[in-house]
Amino acid sequence: MPDRHPSKIVERLFKLMALGALVIALGTLTALLVDALLDGGGRLNWQFLTSFPSRKPEQAGIASALVGTIYLMILTAACALPIGVGAALYLEEYVGKHWLARVIEVNIANLAGVPSIIYGLLGLELFVRMMGLGRSLLAGALTMALLVLPIVIIATREALRTVPSSIREASYALGASRWQTIWHQVLPLALPGILTGSILALSRAIGEAAPLITMGALTYIAFLPDSLLAPFTALPIQIFNWVSRPQPGFHANAAAGIVVLLAVLLIMNGLAVYVRQRAQKRLYL
Amino acid sequence: MYASVLRNDSISNPPSTAHDSPSVFAIQGLECWYGTHQVIRKVSLIIPERRITAIIGPSGCGKSTLIRCLNRINDLIPGFRMSGHILFKGRELDDPAIDPLTIRLKVGMVFQKPNPFPKSIYENVAYGPRIWELHRDRRLDDHVEKSLRKAALWDEVKDKLGQNALTLSGGQQQRLCIARALAVEPEVLLLDEPCSALDPIATGKIEELLLELKQRYTLVIVTHNMQQAARVSDETGFLLMGELIEFGPTEKLFTTPGDSRTEAYITGRFG
Ligand SMILES: Nc1ncnc2c1ncn2[C@@H]1O[C@H](COP(=O)(O)OP(=O)(O)O)[C@@H](O)[C@H]1O
Ligand SMILES: [Mg+2]
Repeated sequence: MPDRHPSKIVERLFKLMALGALVIALGTLTALLVDALLDGGGRLNWQFLTSFPSRKPEQAGIASALVGTIYLMILTAACALPIGVGAALYLEEYVGKHWLARVIEVNIANLAGVPSIIYGLLGLELFVRMMGLGRSLLAGALTMALLVLPIVIIATREALRTVPSSIREASYALGASRWQTIWHQVLPLALPGILTGSILALSRAIGEAAPLITMGALTYIAFLPDSLLAPFTALPIQIFNWVSRPQPGFHANAAAGIVVLLAVLLIMNGLAVYVRQRAQKRLYL
Repeated sequence: MYASVLRNDSISNPPSTAHDSPSVFAIQGLECWYGTHQVIRKVSLIIPERRITAIIGPSGCGKSTLIRCLNRINDLIPGFRMSGHILFKGRELDDPAIDPLTIRLKVGMVFQKPNPFPKSIYENVAYGPRIWELHRDRRLDDHVEKSLRKAALWDEVKDKLGQNALTLSGGQQQRLCIARALAVEPEVLLLDEPCSALDPIATGKIEELLLELKQRYTLVIVTHNMQQAARVSDETGFLLMGELIEFGPTEKLFTTPGDSRTEAYITGRFG
């Protein structure tokens, strides 16, 4: 009998490689954060968070961009969630294993991989011009909704698939209809998965500058949007704008803006983790 | 062999049962397929009212498929197809005029693995009555209690109705599933190997419960545990590779089986 398992070395090597990958990933993130903090830490104060853009870097703030991003996020979720969840429910629970569902599935996966700038162009043509919404908050949110829709659909379908078929059968065996089964049993169990997937999709979307710049969102907004059709700005656009200015003061602002954006992302991802863990407690007691 | 001649006879005339309990299900020439794979072949039998009918046979022989025809829950499986006749109290079960949902109101089911909803004990039992709008508020509370009592679970859970059903033991979960099925006031209860995931003590409790439920309900139980069939059932059918080899009073089937394959199975020579 050999005194050790033949794959021991492979095992070690694999562990080392995985660790290396983790260090690279975390290291990059840390370096980015430290760099941003060093450059912009001095600008991170209440005044920065509550001021509007200005020509003087030390007076400029991020208020309109931060509020714009939050509004954008809420509106995007409000548009993308009902449509995405509805589409996924239909595909997963009603169409089933039909070949058409496979075709649609592949196409949705492809849509999820389309560069975000393409969605910006689509939004510009469809919402800004054809529907006459202008460069408004609503047009931005609809564009972002298109961007996250495929991911929401994919995440929802995956969440629906994790609901054990024994639960569905239990419901059907009591004479529940398909809709009752979905509404009372399947959706509540899938909801945490749907929410985590959607939050992650949204948090990716709020970091996107390209589609908003393409559809022509403004950068210099000295007020908070007061209606769906008001012009708006958002964090990544504001950061992009500051980075492209020659004055070093604006670069510090950009760095501080990056820290704020990262903080928003972190909060959202934390929320996703929290939702998932609470749900697991319920299902696997 | 005489046995096979006897068996062929029983296909054209479903075996009548010795006593005169009216039949709840009359199955005639039932055949089932998953896609092109035939799993039930020309099965005919009669399930009498307020008795326990057991279906035994080795795993994969089609026991589940057979009883899942009785509440039409197989309809939900893509590719499933059946032919032949199932009469439920004289009416064709797959009559297009009958909504399968209403059949499931009359014919309840308990599954192999306890599958309570991951909700409170109360919500589990109240779900069916809510779906069917049978009771509301106080009356629903009373009804939940009544159903839990019928399933001999009330005393164990009365102080924790709001607790998640998954905190119960396996045996309690299975009795909760029985309570949940009884809560819509069915006439028939189908049980698909209800004890296979349970320990002997929990199994004993369920068997005791079944004997009690027989007073009011028609029970059909699938089991691959022959002792269990012998202990609780009045009628037993032996299924082998989709064919009903033998069907008759439990005592007769276990003491003087009419078919050599039945004998081989109950004496443990295969399966
Ligand atoms: N959903 C299904 N799709 C395809 N084949 C199935 C399905 N369920 C059962 N079968 C097949 O039908 C046969 C009988 O299965 P089943 O009725 O579950 O047997 P038993 O309950 O006696 O173990 C088996 O060969 C099994 O593989
Ligand atoms: Mg089975």
